[in-house]
Amino acid sequence: MTEPLIFELGAPGRTSSFMPECDVPVRETEELIPGNLLRKKPPRLPEAGEQEVARHFTRLSSLNYGVDTGFYPLGSCTMKYNPKVNEYAARLPGFARLHPYQAEDQVQGALRLMYETQRYLAEITGMDEFTLQPAAGAHGEFTGLLMIKAYHDHRGETGRRRVIVPDSSHGTNPATAALCGMEVRQIESGPDGTVDLDALRAALGPDTAAVMLTNPNTLGLFERDILAIAGAVHRAGALLYCDGANMNAVLGISRPGDMGFDAIHLNLHKTFSTPHGGGGPGAGPVGVKSFLAPFLPFPAVRLDPDSGTCFLDYNRPLSIGKVRSFYGNFGVVARAYTYIRALGGEGLREVAENAVINANYLLSLVRGTYRIPFDRRCMHEFVAVPPAGFREGGLHTADIAKRLMDYGYHPPTVYFPLIVEEALMVEPTETESRATLDAFAGALLEIAREGRENPQLLKDAPHGTPVARLDEVTAARRPVLRWQPEGEEG
Amino acid sequence: MIMDGLLYSEDHEWIKVNGKSGRLGITHYAQEALGSVVFIELPEEGSRVAAGEPLGVVESVKAASDYYAPVSGKITAVNGELLDSPGLINEDPYGKGWIAEIELEDPAELDKLLSPEKYGELLEKEGK
Repeated sequence: MTEPLIFELGAPGRTSSFMPECDVPVRETEELIPGNLLRKKPPRLPEAGEQEVARHFTRLSSLNYGVDTGFYPLGSCTMKYNPKVNEYAARLPGFARLHPYQAEDQVQGALRLMYETQRYLAEITGMDEFTLQPAAGAHGEFTGLLMIKAYHDHRGETGRRRVIVPDSSHGTNPATAALCGMEVRQIESGPDGTVDLDALRAALGPDTAAVMLTNPNTLGLFERDILAIAGAVHRAGALLYCDGANMNAVLGISRPGDMGFDAIHLNLHKTFSTPHGGGGPGAGPVGVKSFLAPFLPFPAVRLDPDSGTCFLDYNRPLSIGKVRSFYGNFGVVARAYTYIRALGGEGLREVAENAVINANYLLSLVRGTYRIPFDRRCMHEFVAVPPAGFREGGLHTADIAKRLMDYGYHPPTVYFPLIVEEALMVEPTETESRATLDAFAGALLEIAREGRENPQLLKDAPHGTPVARLDEVTAARRPVLRWQPEGEEG
Repeated sequence: MIMDGLLYSEDHEWIKVNGKSGRLGITHYAQEALGSVVFIELPEEGSRVAAGEPLGVVESVKAASDYYAPVSGKITAVNGELLDSPGLINEDPYGKGWIAEIELEDPAELDKLLSPEKYGELLEKEGK
């Protein structure tokens, strides 16, 4: 990379700050700290001036790629543009400068915002009650399954410890089930890529706690049998959990609660336009039907209709407890609230419509060159595989992804879902213009041509990025986790 | 690439039978689908496994995936070299990339495995 590490900049003795002369008696460190706790050698810290520090980090920041710099069609992640009004609202001092230990009567605005967000999310999903505590989608799944477990146990059905997932599911679904101490049973998808009802019926039994589904599923296909699926699950005494990661496709059009789901988590950082930055902070609120509400984490944010004030309800004897310190990632909730209020019901419906139209439009531009394993009208995303002839040329999906970077795009999700080999999963979202979609499709078609004519060009890609193709095997096998000066050992 | 003289499972493991024992690994197709292997969890020597049960996990730069016992029996040896050089699975899946040796519990189970021809047909049918 052209940019050195901060450790490699500067010079011995150079500094960014100048301390005044010490005007109290000086005591040596060795007098104050026992010798066995002291380093033998001083640590190698960067010694650089303010200007070079500022320039270094400003240059690094310009190497970042985000939704504010370009198109980011990362399938399953809903990388929509996040309107700046969300940031404005979340930074209002009345929200941003609160302390979580403040008394309820001083934070009525924040509590009211949380209460109303819960009500909006319940209306959008067809659920009865919500918690905003979970800090991410997988955390929401964990919270949801703990509630389902608590529900079965409360009814004396302590043998329900098995969770069924389709083989197309997000990896977090089986991982969550295992973390909750459940056994995972995976069922094969049918030939059309959706749930195979017979396989599901055969897997259901008196030990089934829940079935976890994503609708639309990870192939971007709507589960058309969802009502029959819900019926079969409930007849077996199990509950139906919705991984709400793909909610962007159905906002304002259909509701998981009406499809027969008993619980759902939402990813506010996907559907409700809050930042995805660096693994967090996110928010994964969980909604449930009323029979599961007693098991929600405490405290619940409630409204006293007589006084019109909001309060935190800790009196929830069946609650699974707290799943996050304080009340979740409040700043994220404030952004999602702003988004919901700015768009309203009609606007949210348009979000889903445009997300689906954009995905189908993009699909129509690349179909015929890229192969589409489950080709029917898609929802908010689609799954493609490399063009004919690529495999023979030794080219893989990863090569297409790397080459896309040279065209200035963030690559789509690759190698997921696992049931499609060499998968390329594309989710354009509703916030992209037709011009952007045309340009991106143009890049994909151009790469298809390049791959046939000059496969090496793709194998060596990317060519124009700050670092070239990374050696992933060495990175996994022999990671270098910290900088060491040349010629010095650990 | 399919080797003669081996038997194959539908989960893309191979076994080379020698009397009452066999040496096993994952197929050329499996290693190609996984991509560069960076880590493998080996079964425990002396442990007993049933046919179809997971033997361990193989992890590549793309994915982590269970691999399964093609037959039931006792694990008598494992290829410790893979711990340092998991890439052998990519380079030589039927040779130096072998994973474990197993003492067959029920030789009749071998009848359920696929011949090289049948395994080839399976790959073709699945468009692989």
